[in-house]
Amino acid sequence: MNRIWAIIERDLRRFRRSPTLIVVSMIMPLVQLVVLGYAFGGKIKNLKVGVVDQDHGVPAVKLKEMFQAVAANARTFDTIPYTDQAVALRDLREGRINGVLNIPPNFSRDVLAGASPRVALVEDNTDQFSASALEGTLDQLLVPYNSKSIPPRLSANATLSVVEIYPYVPYIQYLLPGTIVMAIFISAMIGGGIIYIDDKARGLHEGYLVTPIRKLELIMGFNLAGAIKAVIAGSVLATCGSIIAGIPDPLNVLRLARLLVVVMATALALISMMFLLMVRVNDPLVPRATFGVLNTVLFFPSGAVYPIQGFPPWMKVITAVDPFTYAVHAFKELILKNTGLMAVSFDVVYLLGFAALTMAAATLLFRRTL
Amino acid sequence: MFDVEVDNLTKCFGDFCAVDHLTFHVEHGEIFGLLGPNGAGKSTLIRMLTTLVPPTSGTARILGFDVVRDANRVRHAIGVIPQAMTSDLDLSAVENMSIFAKLYGISRERRRKTIPELLKAVDLDQWADKPVKMFSGGMRRRLEIARGLVHEPKLFFLDEPTTGLDPVSRVAVWEMLARLKRERDLTILVTTHYMDEADKLCDRIAIVDHGKLVALDSPLKLKASIPGKNILEVSFSAVPAGWEDVLRRLPEVADVKSDDHVFRISSNNGPRTTTELLEAARAAGVAVTSLSVQSTTLDDVFVHYTGHQLRDALQAAAGYSSAFMYERK
Repeated sequence: MNRIWAIIERDLRRFRRSPTLIVVSMIMPLVQLVVLGYAFGGKIKNLKVGVVDQDHGVPAVKLKEMFQAVAANARTFDTIPYTDQAVALRDLREGRINGVLNIPPNFSRDVLAGASPRVALVEDNTDQFSASALEGTLDQLLVPYNSKSIPPRLSANATLSVVEIYPYVPYIQYLLPGTIVMAIFISAMIGGGIIYIDDKARGLHEGYLVTPIRKLELIMGFNLAGAIKAVIAGSVLATCGSIIAGIPDPLNVLRLARLLVVVMATALALISMMFLLMVRVNDPLVPRATFGVLNTVLFFPSGAVYPIQGFPPWMKVITAVDPFTYAVHAFKELILKNTGLMAVSFDVVYLLGFAALTMAAATLLFRRTL
Repeated sequence: MFDVEVDNLTKCFGDFCAVDHLTFHVEHGEIFGLLGPNGAGKSTLIRMLTTLVPPTSGTARILGFDVVRDANRVRHAIGVIPQAMTSDLDLSAVENMSIFAKLYGISRERRRKTIPELLKAVDLDQWADKPVKMFSGGMRRRLEIARGLVHEPKLFFLDEPTTGLDPVSRVAVWEMLARLKRERDLTILVTTHYMDEADKLCDRIAIVDHGKLVALDSPLKLKASIPGKNILEVSFSAVPAGWEDVLRRLPEVADVKSDDHVFRISSNNGPRTTTELLEAARAAGVAVTSLSVQSTTLDDVFVHYTGHQLRDALQAAAGYSSAFMYERK
């Protein structure tokens, strides 16, 4: 234990004297949280929709008034009247407007005759987010337009009532669990196995390889030192990130204690995984070169930014073994749903098992000689 | 039992054998020098003896423990200063010492006593709490020597401890090693390519070249083992045919080696050979462009046993040539 502590002490003393490293490992994920959280989370507004009325009848005027009401209130889109459909379509192709709503010449006649009247939305589908927002708003708009002025006393139509069991979760909150895991991962990238590669490049490792320290002691020392740094980064992110993202009661002691358990399990899993990946690497440039790839391969399939259910089967295989998946799931449960530890017990067990397995594999592969 | 027993020790990397069937022993209490150029196999040998590199064949026992089978016992028993500086620049001298003491399992009480003592012994007690990045190369090397002794080993390995140091620091390091050896009853095995250092401080010297042991004895006996007491190094502007034979026939000459117009003459009486040489040159109309006379050194010993000068081997290992250095065939 004394030897393990010696390795930890060495690493932490060096870390304490490099404040830039500490700040960078914590600031970067916070910046990412704020920028990504607000870049993706906002409601889409002020889309420009060209309206071509080729009918001019009373039903068409009523429909246009409803569009203008949306433009004035929800501001999802602004309407721009066109008299020529060709001009409107040209403006759509040239990016001056986001969609064209076409009211055909026989619209009013079909409305009055009950002959399935149609309006057409021509949309710029190169921007799926804007097109979906536009389509959704116009779809909703047609529901009240179609409703009869005097509803029947008893309706046979089935309706869906939606009950949300948690308060509204803005995207920045949805992103927070992944950001905490990212902060821990960045710490894992600058600790553990990477420190050993750095020592090898500078010849420092010869100094301690001639001492009686055993392989497992050395690996545990490096991993625990890296895990302590990762726990500090993860805890700061979990606390500050919760405050920034507006999570209710962010400083609740019990909640923070639960988060700390998952932070520790995640830190151990990621630092042990990194040591295993780097156990035979000698070139200090290799970790830098692999960081981007690892980040992509581990972060995105974890469900941190998009639901796992939308992934193709091959990616679901990565998701199933990726420690990020279990860490992100556990943080989502604790942060977004404020559950107890029982709800994340499988995640914690998986992360600890993953840490033990990767540390054992690293010990087997570790070369104690030069 | 010897402190170090090496028997047919070999280390090959593919077809290339860095250490080729070396056999020798080191007695308790001596300073044993491994002398040879870069690439001679000295560091590989030290790394095998300190358990850092597994041997290809042969055996080595350190204080009775086999370096392969009892590697951890060997590590407990020895102190090692690798060729590269291995102290942490961000930590202070005391922190570096303390961490290594913990790696050797030294108790807190013993650490508190030993570390200040050792820092004082290497004249770094005033710098105990300063970060190592403020240290000069010589100070850093002294700290590493102190660190290597933190668990009070009886056998100390140093791999080129003075390489890269200025002459003053080199002298300081060697004087300190001699003192520590006396005070702590140490056996020291040291590698170097500085002939003068090895000559002054080693009790016995093993000359290693291309992984093989070419000579082993005390510096005095090694110097006595080669012909001549003085070496004359002389160059001429131009020499007639058979000039080397003329030189061989001069009084007291034991041996002559030549390279182009530079001749290296071993003489049993330097002053007399010099006088006769100048006379012979004048008589033959040959101009002497440079002449030096010196006592036999370990460099001469190295030339005698290996057929080339240590500086040539160092130059070859460094991979460059200089107009001011000539190469002997």
